[in-house]
Amino acid sequence: MAPFLAVQGISKNFRGLRAVSDVSFEMPKGAIYALIGPNGAGKTTTFNMIAGAFSPDAGRIVLDGDDLTGRRPDLICHAGVGRTFQVVKPFRGLTVEDNVAVGALRWTGDIEEARAYAIETLALLGLDDKRALTPEHVTLPDRKRLEVARALATRPKLLLLDEVMAGLRPTETDRMVATFKEINAKTGLTILLIEHVMRAVMALSQHVIVLNHGEKIAAGTPQEVVRDPAVVECYLGEAAL
Amino acid sequence: MIRRLVGQANARTLWALAALLAALIAAPAFANDYVLTVLVLALYYAYTGQAWNLMLGFAGLLSIGQAMFVGLGAYAAAGLFVQFGVPPIAGVFLSIVVACIAGAIVGYLAFRFAIGGVYFALLTIAFSEFTRILIDNWAYLGGSRGLFLKVSDLRHWDLINLRGPPQMFYYILLVLTVAVFLFCRYILNSKIGYYWQAIREDEEAAQAIGIDTFRYKIYAVVISSGISGIAGTIYAFYYNNLFPETVFAISGSVDMLLGTVVGGVGTLFGPIFGALILTPLGEALTAATASVGIPGIKQFFWGLVVAAIVLVQPAGLWPLVYRGLRLGGRRMRPPPVLRGGNAVGQPAVGREEEGV
Amino acid sequence: MPLDTVVNILIGGLLTGLIYGLSSLGLSVIFGVVKIVNFAHGEMMVGAMFLTLVLVRWAGFDPLMWLPLVAIVLFGFGYVLQRYLIERVAHLADYMQFLLMAAIATTLVAAYLMIFGPDDQSIQVSYSLDSYAIGPLIIDKSRVYAAIAAVAVTALLFLFFRYTLLGKAIRACGDNYMGALVVGLNVRRLYAFTFGIGAACLGAAGAIMLVLIDVQPYLGPQYTLLAFVIVIIGGLGSLPGAMLGGILIGFSEALAGIVIQPSLKSAFSFALLILVLLLRPQGLLGRRT
Repeated sequence: MAPFLAVQGISKNFRGLRAVSDVSFEMPKGAIYALIGPNGAGKTTTFNMIAGAFSPDAGRIVLDGDDLTGRRPDLICHAGVGRTFQVVKPFRGLTVEDNVAVGALRWTGDIEEARAYAIETLALLGLDDKRALTPEHVTLPDRKRLEVARALATRPKLLLLDEVMAGLRPTETDRMVATFKEINAKTGLTILLIEHVMRAVMALSQHVIVLNHGEKIAAGTPQEVVRDPAVVECYLGEAAL
Repeated sequence: MIRRLVGQANARTLWALAALLAALIAAPAFANDYVLTVLVLALYYAYTGQAWNLMLGFAGLLSIGQAMFVGLGAYAAAGLFVQFGVPPIAGVFLSIVVACIAGAIVGYLAFRFAIGGVYFALLTIAFSEFTRILIDNWAYLGGSRGLFLKVSDLRHWDLINLRGPPQMFYYILLVLTVAVFLFCRYILNSKIGYYWQAIREDEEAAQAIGIDTFRYKIYAVVISSGISGIAGTIYAFYYNNLFPETVFAISGSVDMLLGTVVGGVGTLFGPIFGALILTPLGEALTAATASVGIPGIKQFFWGLVVAAIVLVQPAGLWPLVYRGLRLGGRRMRPPPVLRGGNAVGQPAVGREEEGV
Repeated sequence: MPLDTVVNILIGGLLTGLIYGLSSLGLSVIFGVVKIVNFAHGEMMVGAMFLTLVLVRWAGFDPLMWLPLVAIVLFGFGYVLQRYLIERVAHLADYMQFLLMAAIATTLVAAYLMIFGPDDQSIQVSYSLDSYAIGPLIIDKSRVYAAIAAVAVTALLFLFFRYTLLGKAIRACGDNYMGALVVGLNVRRLYAFTFGIGAACLGAAGAIMLVLIDVQPYLGPQYTLLAFVIVIIGGLGSLPGAMLGGILIGFSEALAGIVIQPSLKSAFSFALLILVLLLRPQGLLGRRT
């Protein structure tokens, strides 16, 4: 059976710097995978290629049988990819509710329906009591949740989360992990996350892919990867063992 | 549709608007000829200001070339009238078409080549100047000697040919201003309005949630330019003469945006408020300083007033009035005064909340 | 048209282009570092011209002698402008900065009107009507002196940015604001200084221009536009680009005046501007930000 997401040999150069080099992996539908590695390993660049912000210099990206390679970001969103940004980009002039409603407008032309869906989605992430505020009036963790809610509102098939746990306290991290598990269980949403917070990676992902210097150096279950000597050497350090 | 228009506006706001409208309808009865011309001008700027506000306040595109769209509309309708005897009631459609095409060209070129922020503003100036020089050298439309319409001193209203007393033009502009206001209100609460605001705030994030930003930005430019084109027709038949160096002047574009900036970019009522305040103020200042006899004194104070607004209250005066009159029902969205996603050459100090 | 006339016109264009380049340097420096577009560019140059006019009328001497003083005065004006006014809108959207500069421009023009009246004013220098004859070429002396002055000032500026510590600090700010802050540069003061330098360029250009043309209050906007065309073609933020752009525009305007109708020659510049904005907005020598 064809995999839900197939990333085949993608590469990206930036003026002589090989940011990503021949990376391949596959995801089955409904899975939660993590992409980890040291800074500069090419994780966000990989995301950007899947989401269409850049097009790969080589390789293909296929989602549910649809070849997304090199397509425009908004068309890729229509094809079912939702994403968050590493440094959050909320719509500052809009309320929290409207931020998410804009996302829902991808699949409905009716504002009322979009707003209702936005409130539902915000409730899922525990933000509905803040819906009349603007992003600058909510905390950073809330802004990260807003970013997730907005991406979820587009009804994606694949959700790309870029370091959404950064800067959260352990209890907040656990809460986010539980939320994602719940969404994944209820809706079967496929999730690929970039994370440095190992606590979240271990708790959430079924499979982990490790990048270093743009190349895939290891892949496997969280437990396997954490013990992999190459991964320990370049990223985790002895204390992780 | 009524719901989208009225939405969550509270009763106070609606009563205030109704009162204002009643006052505006009644005004000509109490105004002498001179005051009436000032009012006509005020409504003209309220109307064009809203068109400009649509591009910047809603979609985030700074244009300093609005005079080009107005001018093209003016020449289109006037040209049809002078050369072919086509009455402006029909000619206005050509005005709209020509202005929209110009908007589409500017927009297409700008967005296809990813021009935004200050560069886009410069592009609009360049196109505007280019058009001015072109028309200046086009004898068919009068060139630099000007295009003249026969002035007829009719006391009665001829809407077909747009011949009539200033009152007629006043009410036409009033209808147009109200129409654009309602249109903006309607569209802000629609998908296109939301998408515009998303693009204005952060184009990259907008794309990530499925917005075809190119297409929606073109919509903004074309709609705005079409609205400006209609203003051009009115302009041509009100003044009855067109000179490229006045019609397409950059100062004309600047005049059209002043009211909106003073009132409040991105607000619904700001452009109208700003124009209604600024135009009579400007005229009063001209009259007051004319008696002093020193040329330039009006512009001097004018420059200081605008500078003061920008420095002290960049969000415009309307939000203050709005709060002061306690008209707020639903919380008003803050206007996009802060550096947004379309800025070019931003200093690297991040707006990122996370810090370095 | 006879060949030597053509050549004369072209050389005139080239020389004028050098002065255009000098004035555009100011615009380019300001945008490259402070990231502000100085829409009051032309009006400030006109101010420099009026200042030079007053000095020449009051104390005599050649305008080019007054150049250093005028440049210093404009420097101070620019410094104060940036430090106390423009800085306050730096965090706001672009149209706010544009409006502030446009408002300043309007105020300046109004001030000139009030003080000097609307008529053309000029000064006469001893060499106004003289020219150098090199073979078949006849070149105005005033143009030559003006061009020499422009080149001298430009060279000074290059040396400043290349070799002095202050110049390097300013370039650092322009390259990397955050980095500059982190290494302890007083960016606010450097920005003000940079604007001052840009204004000083305008001061120098204005003093030089007075030798060549008459001044009147409404002269500003066309020079602002011209400077934009030059700087965008050459590359916003690139000093050699501004000079190159100046020469190119001076030259091509002269050429266009010969080949096509003179009244269309600015249309040519705008068409070029549009092309450059679309195809290579960083200009010929600029860097893509």
